Amino acid sequence: MKPPRFDYHAPESLEEALDLLADSGPDARILAGGQSLVPVLNFRLARPGVLIDINRVTGIAGIGDAGDRLTIGAMTRQREIEVSETVARAAPLLHEATGHVAHLPIRSRGTIGGSMANADPAAEDPAVAAALEATMVCRSRRGERRIAAAGFFVDVLTTALEPDEMLVAVEIPKIPAGAGAAFAEISRRDGDFALAGVAAQIALANGRVSDARISACGLGPAPVRFREAEEILLDGACEPAAIAAAAASVAAACDPHGDVHASAAYRRQLAEAMTRRALASARERAGGSA
Amino acid sequence: MTATSPDGYIGRSVPRREDRRLLLGQGAYVADLVLPGMVHAAFARSQLAHARIAAIDLARAAAEPGVAFALDGAALAREMPPIGGMQVTAPKGWAERVEHRIGLPPQNLMASDRVRYVGEAFAVVCADSRYTAEDAIEAIDVEFEPLPAVVDPETAKEGEILHPDIGSNAVAELHVEKGDVARAMAAAPHRIRRRFRHHRYAAMPLECRGVAAEYDRRTDSLTVWSSTQVVHWVRKELAAALGMAEEKVRVLAPDVGGGFGGKGHVYPEDLIIPYLARRIGRPVRWVEDRHEHILNAAHSRDNIHEAEIGFDDEGRILAFRDRFVVDSGAYSPVGAGVAYNTTAHLLGPYHIENFSGTTEMVVTNKTPNAPYRGAGRPEATQVTERLMDIAADALGMEPAEIRLRNMIGPERMPYAVGLPYRDGVPMTYDSGDYPESLRRAVDEIGGVEAFRARQEAARAEGRWLGLGLGCYTEGTGVGPFEGATVKVDASGKIVVSTGACPIGQGHETVFAQVTADAWKVPIEDVVVLLADTSTLTMGYGSIASRSTVTSSMAIGDASDKVKAKVLAVAAHLLEASEADLELADGRVAVKGVAEMSVTLREIAAAAAPGWLSRRPEGSEAGLEATSYYEPPTVTSAHASSASRTPAGCGSSAMSRCTTLAGWSIPGSPTARSRAGWCRVWAARSTNRSNTTSRASC
Repeated sequence: MKPPRFDYHAPESLEEALDLLADSGPDARILAGGQSLVPVLNFRLARPGVLIDINRVTGIAGIGDAGDRLTIGAMTRQREIEVSETVARAAPLLHEATGHVAHLPIRSRGTIGGSMANADPAAEDPAVAAALEATMVCRSRRGERRIAAAGFFVDVLTTALEPDEMLVAVEIPKIPAGAGAAFAEISRRDGDFALAGVAAQIALANGRVSDARISACGLGPAPVRFREAEEILLDGACEPAAIAAAAASVAAACDPHGDVHASAAYRRQLAEAMTRRALASARERAGGSA
Repeated sequence: MTATSPDGYIGRSVPRREDRRLLLGQGAYVADLVLPGMVHAAFARSQLAHARIAAIDLARAAAEPGVAFALDGAALAREMPPIGGMQVTAPKGWAERVEHRIGLPPQNLMASDRVRYVGEAFAVVCADSRYTAEDAIEAIDVEFEPLPAVVDPETAKEGEILHPDIGSNAVAELHVEKGDVARAMAAAPHRIRRRFRHHRYAAMPLECRGVAAEYDRRTDSLTVWSSTQVVHWVRKELAAALGMAEEKVRVLAPDVGGGFGGKGHVYPEDLIIPYLARRIGRPVRWVEDRHEHILNAAHSRDNIHEAEIGFDDEGRILAFRDRFVVDSGAYSPVGAGVAYNTTAHLLGPYHIENFSGTTEMVVTNKTPNAPYRGAGRPEATQVTERLMDIAADALGMEPAEIRLRNMIGPERMPYAVGLPYRDGVPMTYDSGDYPESLRRAVDEIGGVEAFRARQEAARAEGRWLGLGLGCYTEGTGVGPFEGATVKVDASGKIVVSTGACPIGQGHETVFAQVTADAWKVPIEDVVVLLADTSTLTMGYGSIASRSTVTSSMAIGDASDKVKAKVLAVAAHLLEASEADLELADGRVAVKGVAEMSVTLREIAAAAAPGWLSRRPEGSEAGLEATSYYEPPTVTSAHASSASRTPAGCGSSAMSRCTTLAGWSIPGSPTARSRAGWCRVWAARSTNRSNTTSRASC
């Protein structure tokens, strides 16, 4: 469990990091919190020739308020997000989902940018990004590129980042007034990767659903919004029957895989149950009665 | 000098001697050892469950920069014998009393012609760092021809034969019987037959295994540090395998971060690393990583039972038959001991006149099976207790009631079970009140009737509550022996060494308590030396929850021998009769005349050989003795536990009684020893974190 040889760089500025990334070509990997990369290095499943450790880079961590959205630096530790009152208030979905990320020591090192860029299908952060239509702020020596979450997560462990690009921040739109959010997840043991997790945010206007967001983790190669389920809820009262219909729609539309932890059929069943739970909580938090 | 505690140390909570260094991060494990010129070993391990090694070439690996040495399994097999036959042998009495056929396969230290489980080593590389060594492992050119993998123990006999020399994948069969099971079963008004699967377990200590070794060319001796529970056992096998005198091999266990039985036997790496150190003339260290540990450290349990009971309308069990298969994995490092342990515990606390237990051990392409916590007992308890519940259900009887009807009552004590124990001695439970133990446990959770009422009420609300009972009787304090050397050194301190190998239990504290009380000295005046073969000629190690009992008995006995010498020398110095002397607070005084006393330090000086010696004429110099405690057989402990669900908001109670079965055997230790054992048990209890209410002792 020792990694093969690699060249190691620890730049202290973003410009320096981006230069290294551009000069190293596709053989380079960025080391953020290391909670996913270090194990795969140790198992020799990943063999980058160059490792660019961005833990010393200044200016790419922290939670900022940018009016209608939060700007969260890529190197912000998940633990900081978990305990942030700003996040709890402005992006409760992210706040709740972060509590499901692994265990405390892992959240203390793991970063939001690392989780997004790693794009594990069972990870919580990408599901939240998809639901909230987050924007991924990416930088390279060539300049800045802003990528919508919908176009960022391409496939299992695959994003739209070019080899010379680095994710530097995630912009999360704030929750609108009168909206509620909830994240529901099942894992074999607390802290394990999700067998299935569902992110939901419901906005109510005069008791009617004006906006609905549903996405999931563990239920497909990359997080997607479940548009059909959202449509079912729009303009309705988000009553139990509608929630059940939306949950059935998610279960039908998702694309889970079976593995040693759970069969695809079981995950599909979980998709329905988690959707029901998440929607019921979100609606309640939005001010509607169950 | 601090005064001796008037009530002694056993049974009191005293600060753990280990805690200061461990809590300050000053513990030292195998992975902390750095020896001059040390190289790091890494093993190439099979990723196939079953395959023939068609070709292997280490040339590229050996040529990697930083590599000191590379060796494959076939080359090692030419120089070192396999492990098979060197491990635990069947005790003589057992072999006579249990029908058996055992043909366990020998285990080469590394796979030489075929690999038999994922994780089995087939080559080793030593290099200037573990990183370099793992790089070199990747440069090994090896060609495997996959063979069909045998994974199902029940069809293992029809599968590809793992060990052609043995000729069958069924490597052992054991059978014991009492009464007439066939007749009693046929005549029973009710019969229930069930299949129980007890899955594989694996010990997962915080510290994985590890071995470091240094060879001293000048003295032709080896020093070995192993994260093990059995230093003397490692030394024995190592000296034999290398053809060295045992005294030329020193094996130590530094701080060990847990074992749970998984470090309780000798592994190939315990022999390979010292061999390499001698072969290449440099210290070698191997630290097992977690991935290796999961694949390669022994697994346990993995039984399938076909069990049947016959019983009457009152719930009395008339016959019990169990036939089970043990999935041994590719090899069986400790032989049939664990499998028979299961059989020996199947009857538990119940009086059942007709019983038969048949065990088949098969080899499969899995990690070898060896003891892990309980070493066969939980498998037995699961079978027997489930059958009790199923029979109760069939009769519409309370689970507690059917148990009480079958339990061995106190009036039957001592109770001859009618089967031999694992050590070969016919099992005898000599005391205890098992039904009372169960009644207390049930009372602790409010009684069965009250629970049933709550259960009814909850069910009306759509909630389901459950009641679980578990009763067992187990043999504890197993032999074959443990040793201890006790001496009073020139400083007047009591120095104790024993074969126990602490893995986190608090042995340093426990044996200091026991010794301080035996000598009536302040605990600070006791020096405890553990897990180092250089401090004790023969030892056994820490397995089977036995160390406090067996080591303490040896310490007590050796202390008695040394105290006799101490009193003789003191009597000589004080010109008094030994009968008038007493030992307390680190000195020997004439009873009632405190000013007439000599300290242990003065006595040690007087007892020393040489010109200044003042010992009685004709007496032997020095204050030192060694004893080996050989328990006549096990003692038996019993516990009943009751718990009610739902999980997380339930409560549980455990009632435990400890009995002293061993002491009823003619010629066994005296009443004094029995009292000693009880005190030892008390010491042990205070160092355990679980709360038990003992029904009797």
